[in-house]
Amino acid sequence: MSQPSMLLAAEESGHAIGEASGWFLENAWLIPVIPAVAFFLILFFGKKLPRGGSEFGLAAMLGSLVIAAGATWQWISSTTSHYDEAGNYEVEPVIREIVWWQSGPYEFGLGQHIDGLAIMALLLVAFISTLVQLYSTEYVNGDRRYTHYFAALTLFSSGMLAMVLAPDMVQLILGWEIMGLCSFMLIGHWWEEQANSKAALKAFFTVRVGDMGLLVGTAMLLAIFGTLQISEINALAAAGEFDSQNMLMWTAVALFIACIGKSGQFPLHTWLPDAMAGPTPVSSLLHSSTMVVAGVFLVARIYPVFHVGLDINAAGQSVNLIAAIGGITLLVAAALAFVQNDIKKVLAYSTVSQLGYMMMGLGVGAWTGAVFHIFTHAFFKCCLFLAAGSISHTAAHHSFDMKKDMGGIWKKMPVTFGAWMVSTAALMGIPFTAGFFSKDEIIDSAKHFEYTWFYYAGIIGAFMTAAYMTRATYLTFFGKPRGAAAHYMGVEHDTHGEVHEHSAHPDEAEHADGHIPDHTVDAHDDHGHDDDHAHDGHATHGRPLPFAPFDSPWKITAPLIILAALAVGAGYLNAPALKIYWFEHQTESSIGLPIDHGDDHGGEETEEPHGDEEALVVSEVAAGANGPFASAAEGGDHSYEPSGPYAVPAPPVFTWANAAPGLILVALGILVSWFASLAVFARRKNPFSPFVGLTTRSRPIGALHSFLVNKLYLDHLYEKVIVRAVAHPIAKAAYWFNQNVIDGIVNTVGTVTRRLGGWVYRNIDQRVVDGAVNASGTAASESGHALQPVQSGKVNQYGALLFGAAGIGAILLIILNG
Amino acid sequence: MYAFNFLLLSAALFSFGIYGVIARKNAVMVLMSIELILNSVNLNLVAFALMNNSIDGHVFALFVIAIAAAEVGVGLAMVLMIYRNRRSIALDELSEMKG
Repeated sequence: MSQPSMLLAAEESGHAIGEASGWFLENAWLIPVIPAVAFFLILFFGKKLPRGGSEFGLAAMLGSLVIAAGATWQWISSTTSHYDEAGNYEVEPVIREIVWWQSGPYEFGLGQHIDGLAIMALLLVAFISTLVQLYSTEYVNGDRRYTHYFAALTLFSSGMLAMVLAPDMVQLILGWEIMGLCSFMLIGHWWEEQANSKAALKAFFTVRVGDMGLLVGTAMLLAIFGTLQISEINALAAAGEFDSQNMLMWTAVALFIACIGKSGQFPLHTWLPDAMAGPTPVSSLLHSSTMVVAGVFLVARIYPVFHVGLDINAAGQSVNLIAAIGGITLLVAAALAFVQNDIKKVLAYSTVSQLGYMMMGLGVGAWTGAVFHIFTHAFFKCCLFLAAGSISHTAAHHSFDMKKDMGGIWKKMPVTFGAWMVSTAALMGIPFTAGFFSKDEIIDSAKHFEYTWFYYAGIIGAFMTAAYMTRATYLTFFGKPRGAAAHYMGVEHDTHGEVHEHSAHPDEAEHADGHIPDHTVDAHDDHGHDDDHAHDGHATHGRPLPFAPFDSPWKITAPLIILAALAVGAGYLNAPALKIYWFEHQTESSIGLPIDHGDDHGGEETEEPHGDEEALVVSEVAAGANGPFASAAEGGDHSYEPSGPYAVPAPPVFTWANAAPGLILVALGILVSWFASLAVFARRKNPFSPFVGLTTRSRPIGALHSFLVNKLYLDHLYEKVIVRAVAHPIAKAAYWFNQNVIDGIVNTVGTVTRRLGGWVYRNIDQRVVDGAVNASGTAASESGHALQPVQSGKVNQYGALLFGAAGIGAILLIILNG
Repeated sequence: MYAFNFLLLSAALFSFGIYGVIARKNAVMVLMSIELILNSVNLNLVAFALMNNSIDGHVFALFVIAIAAAEVGVGLAMVLMIYRNRRSIALDELSEMKG
């Protein structure tokens, strides 16, 4: 950006490319290796240790965090001392590799590729993993597979860390698949329940569907560029050194399919909410910094392939695949979040929606905004999940049902409540929280780069986010305590409590809302019997009631406090509203342009030299990078001219006027949702009261509602239609083939064999073989009898025979030789 | 002609040995006869070594002596066991190997 940040006073200039160095940067490969080693230690020795192996996990993550922090520090000190006059921070990535295996001319390495993006992700993953491990020691304490839980959790982090510092696609796939495996193990951690193991399988297989795209796309990258080295791929793609644009486009599409699967984008997002079956710390890790971010990270990592392949930011382009999928995802998932009763599912859909924002940001060319949103989202989403876990663990009898077992608990859980509110504010994008700075940049970029549809998608998504989070917050923390929460609060819970009042009004909206799948249960649910059942069930089972006088233990609240602080604080690394562009400067060299040539597309100058659309050749960009455009940049030029597929445009300059529509909609969303919640759940009289029960009174709205409750029928589509359409005819054909062809062959062969066998038995076996056997037996017996006298048992006689034989042999030898 | 004497002597010893192995009933005598056979072979080896001006035969003879010692050790042990079990070392009474 134009203004050199305040953090980086101009001490030194003239270094276009800097060398980043330092022990931590050069040994960053240790970061994933430490947890990988810890995984084996936990597996082999965990059970014998007093804390069941969790000490290895926690220590390993701390070790990784220390190295990641050291590397971050060294990276920052190298970037701050190397920038050119235009204010561009270009530092060469630290790439170290060993050859893992070789095939013909291709070498595949393991190692590290450290640049701003990798550093950001490493620090993020190591940090959040450490907090989650700490939280887990309390949350899954006493679990029967405690040791295995920590083993899988540690390997999971290791997989993500290995992926983010991958120097080539092979290591990236390796980390990607390790994560896939570990997510399967962790989601299905409590596999004794059918639903959990089903969710684990669903997650695994859905992601696998996308992974086919990763393999195909990687193979195509190898075919196009002849290398899988990420830095080389980026340089070649950015320089336009490939034969066919068409081929590159299909490569980008194939790779993006992998990202759709992994990051839970629209058609394949169905696995993510189901993945809530795993323990809450897993959900928080999975949804914040690992696994689902991997897809977004992949797009950011080899951005030139997508940017050039899909012509992002080309003149006149108003839609492209990545932006479209991202935009659809963010709206669909936000809509689905409205009809969830499970607090974790609300958060899961919100994750899907935020991932949609990130993808949309990458799709419209807002690389920095998207990557920064990865960074900030990780903190507040992790915090929200851990807060949900804290509520469930301490206040709600391990239930996650907002309508049955929560409500009114804000008084007794001040820390959890505070952390939740701060993170919710960040998620909604309320000004001066982290989410505001990152999300606003994406939305603003969409408008500025003339992706108008996605600008509208972005602000409508912001409205919906504000609304569904307000609904979830109301249900969780406000209103009257219900179910387990009532017990926790020590309140004599009222069977005619707020939410359950609806039972008396059969046409109540939220009644139908939550319980569409089990209408039959609700039909006889006259007086909120759910409460009593939940309550009595727990009591009669003699479970110790998690009756805590105050908030959760410190191992749970400490991560919450830290993350809540970061949910606000992280935003100030890149706050365009305050003219802070520090994060952008740290990562802009990772966008993936040929740093060797000293060109820079992240900076503002790319807008200027390419007013004419023909000048797309990167060498010209390179030539233009040194200086002359710095002055043009200073002006904070608002006009945007499409700069073609070979350059990422600079982020727009922030103005409050541009941010205003989004902010107004957020405020509106909060207000609307708050009053609607009061009207629906608390039966307060307000302007929204007439809308209560609309889903049952109005047929189209009811249809829309059940469409949402049934998750757009996508699961039906996949399981009932696609799987059946694919599986049934094939199964039938296979059965027919089996019955008629294979069985026929088998039966014929069987009959023929049996007949042949009979003939063989009678003729060959009985006569020839038995005859031969008997004859040889008889011969042996007879000759034995004949020779028996020789075996007198007298040693002398044996000696005589021996010497006699030797003598005869000698005589024969002499005669024959003579 | 010089070697002939050695060979004659060794052949004679060999024949005595063969006779002893076949004809004697006493197990100890049989063992001694085997020693005679081995020594006749040794004599041959040394004689040929002298004739061919080679040291190989001598070395070989030393080996044979060492092995003969081991063989006698084993043989005498067997004889001792047989004696303990049967109070006799007459070979013609030993016909357990009869087929």
